Amino acid sequence: MADKMALAKAINESLRRALESDPKVLIMGEDVGKLGGVFRVTDGLQKDFGESRVIDTPLAESGIVGTAIGLALRGYRPVVEIQFDGFVFPAYDQIVTQLAKMHARSLGKVKLPVVVRIPYGGGIGAVEHHSESPEALFAHVAGLKIVSPSNASDAYWMMQQAIQSDDPVIFFEPKRRYWDKGEVNAEAIPGPLHKAQVVREGTDLTLAAYGPMVKLCQEVADAAAEEGKNLEVLDLRSVSPLDFDSIQASVEKTRRLVVVHEAPVFFGSGAEIAARITERCFYHLEAPVLRVGGYHAPYPPARLEEEYLPNLDRVLDAVDRSLAY
Amino acid sequence: MTVESTAARTPRRSAGSKAGTTGTKRTRTTAKKDAGTEPQLVQLLTPEGKRVKNAEYDKYVAGITPEELRGLYRDMVLTRRFDAEATSLQRQGELGLWASLLGQEAAQIGSGRATREDDYVFPTYREHGVAWCRGVDPANLLGMFRGVNNGGWDPNSNNFQLYTIVIGSQTLHATGYAMGVAKDGADSAVIAYFGDGASSQGDVAESFTFSAVYNAPVVFFCQNNQWAISEPTEKQSRVPIYQRAQGFGFPGVRVDGNDVLGVLAVTRWALERARSGEGPTLVEAFTYRMGAHTTSDDPTRYRGDEERQAWEAKDPILRLRRYLEASNHADEGFFEELEAESEALGKRVREAVRAMPDPDHFAIFENAYADGHALVDEERAQFAAYQASFADEGGN
Repeated sequence: MADKMALAKAINESLRRALESDPKVLIMGEDVGKLGGVFRVTDGLQKDFGESRVIDTPLAESGIVGTAIGLALRGYRPVVEIQFDGFVFPAYDQIVTQLAKMHARSLGKVKLPVVVRIPYGGGIGAVEHHSESPEALFAHVAGLKIVSPSNASDAYWMMQQAIQSDDPVIFFEPKRRYWDKGEVNAEAIPGPLHKAQVVREGTDLTLAAYGPMVKLCQEVADAAAEEGKNLEVLDLRSVSPLDFDSIQASVEKTRRLVVVHEAPVFFGSGAEIAARITERCFYHLEAPVLRVGGYHAPYPPARLEEEYLPNLDRVLDAVDRSLAY
Repeated sequence: MTVESTAARTPRRSAGSKAGTTGTKRTRTTAKKDAGTEPQLVQLLTPEGKRVKNAEYDKYVAGITPEELRGLYRDMVLTRRFDAEATSLQRQGELGLWASLLGQEAAQIGSGRATREDDYVFPTYREHGVAWCRGVDPANLLGMFRGVNNGGWDPNSNNFQLYTIVIGSQTLHATGYAMGVAKDGADSAVIAYFGDGASSQGDVAESFTFSAVYNAPVVFFCQNNQWAISEPTEKQSRVPIYQRAQGFGFPGVRVDGNDVLGVLAVTRWALERARSGEGPTLVEAFTYRMGAHTTSDDPTRYRGDEERQAWEAKDPILRLRRYLEASNHADEGFFEELEAESEALGKRVREAVRAMPDPDHFAIFENAYADGHALVDEERAQFAAYQASFADEGGN
């Protein structure tokens, strides 16, 4: 029963299913109602579920997350949309000081099943604050879970699982992949939310990525294959928790690891992966874990973003450097 | 368009240009209260303990019995006694910190007693009197100040949320909760406490916006105790705080926060508005924090004795006692019994605090997540192995 649909449509279908199956699920955000969101991810939901389930909010991100916390305390399961990555910071205080900690502070008495959807990342030629990848800033905070699907099927199922989770989940949507189509089987039994997947088997080196960079890594593996290199590609899917067991298993096989993400390399998720995999796989590694990502600079204007973002050549270069050890 | 074109023709100077050269004089850095904007307080009981009539709010306390009045007095006395005990416990090293409510008993008891069992309260970290009204064991309030937990009670058993340290955050939680109440079709109300300093926070403004837009059944209860640590109210607002509600489209009222009867009446009015679908209200309880902000604070550095002395004359407890005595609603025996009850409460709280066990070491990892987290599991296991290593060495 698999349908082919765009990633954005898969999220839309997933939200629709959640609204249908649980009356406590709410959608909240700026422009999510009549407009259907600036990316149309919530298209048609207000029409079918009404203004009390799909709520257009004032333009106030802290207010969106703060009131979602209150609604969760009342027993609702809000799914809030932050319109763009760079707009999450007005809500950062509520997410970090309140949403992440209230379960622990209440010694487990209070649950906060809030999903914060953030379209993130670059490559769409947008203006300032519309192309950032702030996932590491959230992953550093205990109490939050961070996931990012790379394809339509995962987008569909991971959203279902995020909404069902009793923990707050920051759901990073790779906006440059919104229009990529893939098979979605709504009857399938999905794997665990925080498990990585090998999306291409290989023997010479492991490329690990999540969200928008998975597709790039698959292209890199195709290109490397033409040169006779057999790369494995891991879709991490979850940034917190990170599935180190799967990375370790892959690295024990390939003995080399390159991590790719759009976010700045400095203090990014690649640093955490490199450190832990070095601990776990010290005697297996033939080369240091290498990272490819953004620079320690503000996200550049659109005409420069192709220089800033990891691309085929930059990742291939890292692959060559690793294999040269 | 007109404004823009005018602005384009008029040379504008930067804020950094020298005063005197622009034609605008900057004579002060803090806006002073404009003369004539000081509002009348709603007051039902004067500092001398005289009952004064109020056409608008009398009806909300019309049926109050002598027994209920004694109850309010008892609540305030016991709350003050508990607060004094906690301050002493901090001085004796039993608590890491304490935020005293001294002087704010009427604001808290009056508003707390106005709530119904199914209402929900979102406090700051100073609402010990409201907690008392909600039936939270006072000893439980001390766990976080002793450092054995970050909360200490189940928010849902008394509909009294955990204390919130970050200023103003809880007003949004209250608003969201109230939106949920309205969705459920329930007629409960929600009350959010915050201070005059918090009124400057963006979250408070956003909660006003959301509650107004969604007509949420929430009462914003600002205890204006005149000082946000060392910053006076003048540093927070150019207009009286209650007047801010007007710009958001709902009513605000200022009540004498040291008049328990007035606070009870005004809060009942506001909660009834919420219950009957009329939306949010801002109540500003005009009161005074007689002590320090917390036990880490030294108010002698920023305010004079005269100010406190002037407010002592408006003491909320003394005021009700005068009224109870003058109206023969309480006899000497009542006050003596209450004195004994106060001492017993102090003793019980002191003993409870000293008996609080330190948390188990593994509590660090507990409840970080509801559904678990692989990294937490891994680090807990490492921690356990580390702890166990001492036993291997034959140590204790």
